[in-house]
Amino acid sequence: MRYPPMLGPATAGARAGTDAAEDERTSHSRGSWLLALALSLALVLGLSITTPAAAQDSTPDDDAAAMTLLEALDVDSFPTKGEAIDAIVHSDDSRARDWLQALLDGRLQRAGDGRFVVVLDNTGRDWPVQDALSGEPLGQMSRRELDRIGINNALRNQLRSAIAVVDLYAADVGLRRASAERLLGEVDSDLAGPLAEVIEEEPDARVRERLVQALAIYRLEQGELQAIDDLRGSLHPRVRVALARAASGTVESRAANGDDPIVADAAREALNSIEQMLKLNRAAETLYFGLSLGSVLVLAAIGLAITFGVMGVINMAHGELIMLGAYTTWAMQQLLPGQPGLALILAIPAGFLVAALAGIAIERGVIQFLKGRPLETLLATFGISLILQQLVRTGISPLNRTVITPEWMSGSIAVNDALSLTLNRMYVLGFALVVFAVLMLIMRRTRLGLEVRAVTQNRAMARSMGIRATRVDIMTFALGSGVAGLAGVALSQLTNVGPNLGQNYIIDSFMVVVFGGVGNLWGTLVAGLSLGVINQVLEPWAGAVMAKIIVLVFIILFIQKRPRGLFPQKGRAAEG
Amino acid sequence: MDSSRLWLLRPFGERSTLIFLGVLLAAMTLVTLLHVAVPPGHPLYVSAYTVNLFGKYLSYALLAVAVDLVWGYLGILSLGHGAFFALGGYAMGMYLMRQIGDRGVYGHPVLPDFMVFLNWDSLPWYWYGFDMAWFAFLMVLLVPGALALVFGFLAFRSRVTGVYLSIITQALTFALMLAFFRNEMGFGGNNGLTDFREILGFNLRSSETRLGLFLATGVALALGYVLCRAIVTSKLGRVCVATRDAEARTRFLGYRVERFQLFVFTVSAMLAGLAGALYVPQVGIINPSEFSPLFSIEIVLWVALGGRATLYGAVIGAILVNYAKTVFTGAMPDAWLFALGGLFVLVTVFLPKGVAGLLALRLRRRRDADGSFSGKEASA
Repeated sequence: MRYPPMLGPATAGARAGTDAAEDERTSHSRGSWLLALALSLALVLGLSITTPAAAQDSTPDDDAAAMTLLEALDVDSFPTKGEAIDAIVHSDDSRARDWLQALLDGRLQRAGDGRFVVVLDNTGRDWPVQDALSGEPLGQMSRRELDRIGINNALRNQLRSAIAVVDLYAADVGLRRASAERLLGEVDSDLAGPLAEVIEEEPDARVRERLVQALAIYRLEQGELQAIDDLRGSLHPRVRVALARAASGTVESRAANGDDPIVADAAREALNSIEQMLKLNRAAETLYFGLSLGSVLVLAAIGLAITFGVMGVINMAHGELIMLGAYTTWAMQQLLPGQPGLALILAIPAGFLVAALAGIAIERGVIQFLKGRPLETLLATFGISLILQQLVRTGISPLNRTVITPEWMSGSIAVNDALSLTLNRMYVLGFALVVFAVLMLIMRRTRLGLEVRAVTQNRAMARSMGIRATRVDIMTFALGSGVAGLAGVALSQLTNVGPNLGQNYIIDSFMVVVFGGVGNLWGTLVAGLSLGVINQVLEPWAGAVMAKIIVLVFIILFIQKRPRGLFPQKGRAAEG
Repeated sequence: MDSSRLWLLRPFGERSTLIFLGVLLAAMTLVTLLHVAVPPGHPLYVSAYTVNLFGKYLSYALLAVAVDLVWGYLGILSLGHGAFFALGGYAMGMYLMRQIGDRGVYGHPVLPDFMVFLNWDSLPWYWYGFDMAWFAFLMVLLVPGALALVFGFLAFRSRVTGVYLSIITQALTFALMLAFFRNEMGFGGNNGLTDFREILGFNLRSSETRLGLFLATGVALALGYVLCRAIVTSKLGRVCVATRDAEARTRFLGYRVERFQLFVFTVSAMLAGLAGALYVPQVGIINPSEFSPLFSIEIVLWVALGGRATLYGAVIGAILVNYAKTVFTGAMPDAWLFALGGLFVLVTVFLPKGVAGLLALRLRRRRDADGSFSGKEASA
């Protein structure tokens, strides 16, 4: 059982029973969490939503005590107000935090009839208000009917740390975490003592760690050498600031304690190791972004690798097939409003189908007439890409469409203070790997894959063995196009969905295929991922555009050296 | 007569070349007459704007001839010829920028406006010399030529051909486009070079200068055509055609295929650069969009539509497509990309020999009408 600092069991009133209170805390934790969320939402947005009664179990006795607490605020002297604030902090009233926050924001006011009210939205002429004690909405009140309880800067600071302290006792772990976060670098001599006790009792490891760090920053400021041990390995910027100050000797206590080079040296040493870890983290982040970009490239290129590798056909409309996949996602979300997640999942097979059908149409409609003329095929499919783009432009809109990211895909995973990985990129990376694995299985383990490989290696021989090469062509093209559609579904989560979506990826896709070696899926995977990483590594010092140029030039030069890519086909198939 | 000395004159012995030059000369004379002799307002009057437009078409035609030289006779589908065109254009644009002198918006005696705007305090080294016409005109040929030489040397030496070559030429022009979009490059970034005033002392906005540029472009096209014709009819040209049709065999016969490829590729790039240099003063602007892969592919379409490996077909194709573009983008802007895309498909599927192929077919049909084989041209 934890109480606010300097709080005796006597003042805790009804909550003195330790076990009972502990139970109560857990049973109410969900409710108060919702309350806090609703309240902070109202605070942030300034919306005039009515919060549920702040404390439903409040009794008349509590209200009388609370009224006394609030009355104490309505005085002229700021020091007296400070004492009143302290009293509220120590009151253990469940509404205390709301009052303090309202007071800090200047929204705790007194109505003409002597009631204390919280203003919910102080813009405009008439303000919606609610009763500070019962939490009941009292409708609109003119600002003239209200009397604001003023504060000064000293009180503001006091309120801020008071709110942080109150939050430390909140039942909700999230609030405690946020509060501990805020305390980093803000701990002063008043707080240091109680904080040590709080740390003892804090059940959550992460909150505890933060509080230890917050306290250690204070101890370091006092020139305490051991504090550095607690700070070592933390990547939080405030910890780094504190260590840097200690290392450079700007700690105020330095004058009082006398020059202490040992602390400065230790701080410098801790700082160096933190910098090392930061570098590692940055490298990990670059790698992650690189792999993410690479997975996009792999997705975009792998369908191309199949059609190009098997049929020797350059499909310049491949980018537009990607675009079709992305638009399918958008269309699905339009069909299923309010369910972006379900729509996205359904868009995976739908995008595959749409793109595959379009691919079959292209193959039957144009490509089959251009057998053995790869350059003409390139031009014809380019024409198709222009037509598809313009179709979308006139048929849907030349502007970008918004595709919603479902909730389970947004946000990020914080690995530590310096590194957080965005979830949508993680999903796309996983999706790319799954698509790759499935394609690999199809190529290696199915009848279709066997036939495709046979036709790739020697078309004439495969035909004479009874393989219907034309059918294989159609199936291959459908497969490659369908994968482009899948790429589009994935891309709709990362970039804008517009008519130019495909164009932006077509050259990159070609580069990946050519770099990896035609007709080799592993080559495409390796090439895509490594190009993504190279691009991200170059970006910080060369800039995004220059990095792209460097990569392009690198590939152009690479092709001169190894005209058949990283993993060239061997044997007769190589001389296509 | 020593025929090897006179290879440059040989095209004048061909009927097709004479017809082409005759038609070109007639067209140029007609436009000039209609512009100068006919009073404005008369239905036959050709305005300065139209002269300018024709001049633009002719520079495109020269570009198409350059592409046909490598694609039609060497089998190299370059999807990056727009890069050489644009480089020639930028060289010319730099000269024209320097000619503005202190008449720019900021009135700086040396620096072009965009550099003053970007707070540059001195001219980058690669801008030196472009105030002299001879130097700039030399660079129009040398810069694209040098790029083609280096790029071609690397590519042909390692026998990068076919689709691979097409893709890396596309990457080349894409990379250059990205580079020229950067302000730091010193070529005006997104906006490119514009606001030109005069060329060789003639006011660019006067109709006389426009007519002069039109005629100069026509002459350049004629010369370029003759040069290409001379190349393709020479022994070297025969080797090129052999390379196109069977590269490995030609190599086994003892020819250093890559040297022929390199030579013709470089000549073609220089012609493209010349076309760009003639294009820029007529349209009054050069910006990085000329590097876009789309433009380079469009050039190939002109050649495909006109008819590959005929040279005159490239000219016809360039003028036809661009005339259609002018009409379409004016009347139905949305339909242009449909039309262009449709052209790509229709030409490659139904007209593999292009308009020139149709003409040839018709000629032969007429000739065959007297003879007994009337169905044989179907195989063409």
